[in-house]
Amino acid sequence: MRKILLLIAVVCALNASAQTEIDGIMMEKNVFCVGPMYGYSSWKNYWEGTLKRDNENLGTVSTSMFSVMGNYGVTRNLNLLFGLPYVKTKASAGQLKGLKGIQDFSFWIKWKAYSKKFGNGRLSLFAIGGYSMPASSYTADFLPMSIGLESKNLFIRGMADFQLDRWFATFSGAYVRRSNIKLDRDAYYTTEMHYTNEVKMPDALSFNFRAGYRDKGAFAEVVADNWTTLDGFDITRNNMPFPSNKMNATRIGLSFKYPMPFHPALSVVGNGFVTVAGRNMGQATSFAGGFFYVFDFSGKQKKETNKSKK
Amino acid sequence: MKKIHLLIITAAVILLHSCSKEISDRSMDYPALQPASQDLNAGTWKPVLLTGPTEFPVPAPIATNTPDYIAQLNEIKSFQANITDAERNSVKYWSAGAVLRWSEILRHLVALHNLPPVANGDGTYPFPNANNPLAYPQFPFANPPYAARAYAYVAAAQYDALVAAWHYKTVYNRAAPYNVDASLNVLIPRSSLPSYPSEDAVVMGVTTELLKLLFPGDQEYIQMKAEEHKRSRIIAGANVRSDLDAGEALGKSVAQKFVTRARNDRAGAAAGNQTIWTQMENDAIARNEVPWISQESPKRPPMLPLFGRVRPFLFDSLTMVTTIRPAAPPSTSSQQFKDELAEVYSYSANPTREQIRIAHFWSDGVGTYTPPGHWNAIASDDFVKQNFSEVRWARNMALLNMAMMDAAIACWDAKYFYFNPRPSQMDPRIKTTTGLPNFPSYISGHSTFSAAAATILGHIIKPNAAHYTALAKEASESRIYGAIHYRSDCVKGLETGNKVGGYAIARALTDGAE
Repeated sequence: MRKILLLIAVVCALNASAQTEIDGIMMEKNVFCVGPMYGYSSWKNYWEGTLKRDNENLGTVSTSMFSVMGNYGVTRNLNLLFGLPYVKTKASAGQLKGLKGIQDFSFWIKWKAYSKKFGNGRLSLFAIGGYSMPASSYTADFLPMSIGLESKNLFIRGMADFQLDRWFATFSGAYVRRSNIKLDRDAYYTTEMHYTNEVKMPDALSFNFRAGYRDKGAFAEVVADNWTTLDGFDITRNNMPFPSNKMNATRIGLSFKYPMPFHPALSVVGNGFVTVAGRNMGQATSFAGGFFYVFDFSGKQKKETNKSKK
Repeated sequence: MKKIHLLIITAAVILLHSCSKEISDRSMDYPALQPASQDLNAGTWKPVLLTGPTEFPVPAPIATNTPDYIAQLNEIKSFQANITDAERNSVKYWSAGAVLRWSEILRHLVALHNLPPVANGDGTYPFPNANNPLAYPQFPFANPPYAARAYAYVAAAQYDALVAAWHYKTVYNRAAPYNVDASLNVLIPRSSLPSYPSEDAVVMGVTTELLKLLFPGDQEYIQMKAEEHKRSRIIAGANVRSDLDAGEALGKSVAQKFVTRARNDRAGAAAGNQTIWTQMENDAIARNEVPWISQESPKRPPMLPLFGRVRPFLFDSLTMVTTIRPAAPPSTSSQQFKDELAEVYSYSANPTREQIRIAHFWSDGVGTYTPPGHWNAIASDDFVKQNFSEVRWARNMALLNMAMMDAAIACWDAKYFYFNPRPSQMDPRIKTTTGLPNFPSYISGHSTFSAAAATILGHIIKPNAAHYTALAKEASESRIYGAIHYRSDCVKGLETGNKVGGYAIARALTDGAE
């Protein structure tokens, strides 16, 4: 449950940034955008398998996250992005100690492979590859207090963005290949005993839909996303969660970016999400906010490609 | 564009690098059992409950030159004629040893059932009902004392049944089918051990019968395993049908003796009731001590408060009270108590990664095979390397598990005699990096189990003695790192466990196997 939460937190943090691997906006060549984000996510109810419940021995489980994210334009059609979050967990009731630490370093390559005008509209297609891996030796085997799921993940994402005047819609889907993880224990039970410290993590699919209004570096959008774990098992009645559980979640939310009128290189960003469906994870509500600053090394005036597209 | 290609190639390399998800499970890699000695005198070893090896007679087998026996050889050949990969795998799996595999099956059942029931809507808790095992909460809640007792009964009964089997093996001296018919295909290591009655079927029969009592809701799974086990022996060419039938019947008979003991060992009354729980609390208050209080919400009744009164295997209940029960813990108002509480807080406030690793390695909490299961796994890994015969496997597992059941009894006796509060009850700042058990603190169960196990295992495999002692110490301290036990709990737990282990050694020295 915690793992899913963390994964979602990472995705969420990226969603909140002005430029992410998962939206239709590209940085121009030699432009670098970077900034801090703070995120807070919490849940009281969770899905034990498909059964929704609360737990007086956890109360509300919260995750605070502080991260740095950046996006560099290698060319106007090829961007590199990274993120590195620090995560802290806490349960408001019960005895379990919250954990904290640097979670997963993530790195993306975002390639706008195709872009064509259709009347007033423009269709762009993207191919995105990403990789994330733990940046510290945290344990995934203490859910829901673990700060992450520990697997190394490879993301292969295809994305389509359609913009009509200043309105846009973006849809993307990713296959997430997850590596095995190693527990501190040398045996564990899932639906059978395993005499090894290694856990096979099921792969996952990630879908994202976002639509809204873009103008001069600002945007406001509605977002819906879904994380579906392929395979994995359900938490049994009153059991603890386990990293290779079948963790699914569907969320809806709002997101925005707004460049400061007095200094357009500086933008404020924010988002909020609610979880509308899930399995083996918390029904999280999350908020995130932060700043992004654009450094232009191109010698030209800073701009984003979508500005010239509109 | 060159850069793009480079990046795509890099991504592809990373993808390929992460492709293999195959995991090697060490229990699947155990080799086929090839005993260094057949222990042909094991029929003279001292049983646990049987009055002697002939208490349940095994009829003489049919001769190997009769048409009936030839028909049984042909049954093997017909099974082997269309052997599948799955059947080969099954033969390989079971060839590692019957005691070993049924111990693993039991660990699976414990982990599956080691789940505390969810509270009722009114804040009370339901109790599992052995007569309605599949209704929620399912029977049993295989918590550490329940598990320790289950492991002990199964192991002790397997041992007694195999002592009887070894007696009849040497009496009837019927050769294994592959030694009768040299043309028979054999899929396991050959052995000179007489095959009637089959030791595998003895273990299967005695275990399945006991599991009807211990895990009554899992009969389908257990029967499936039993059928698979028998079939593997036929396919392997290791036993004819009559070897198996005689072994299974012997095993089931011996099991009844243990079932009868289990029904009368007072474990059925171990949950107690509200009057008893309140009395324990009031007794602690009368001694001017802070009584243990459940820190679950809603407050959960303490786990098996009368388990300390269960009948031990290795000593009597009076010995436990007079000789084994540890002295009182530091008073909750003493300076030593405050110092120990401060130590626990320090681990809670700033655990290192290594301390968390140790706490988690030994946590063996909800949804696991429990600490006694962990020690069975440790013992199994090491016994595999010792090339024990089945009967010596059973004897050693019986010593180990009787020691751990008696350790559970001694530990639970102390816990409820002293009713000492947990660190997080005394200092609400203390949060735990492992699950907080719902029973009093003094003495530590992990410490008691582990010391009892390490003591007897160090006797069984003497070169490993220091290693087992070090493991037990780490298991013990893992509970301080996890912030759920004081140092006194752990030190006295180790001492008590060592004492219990000493009784197992005393038995080992006189059971005729050494």
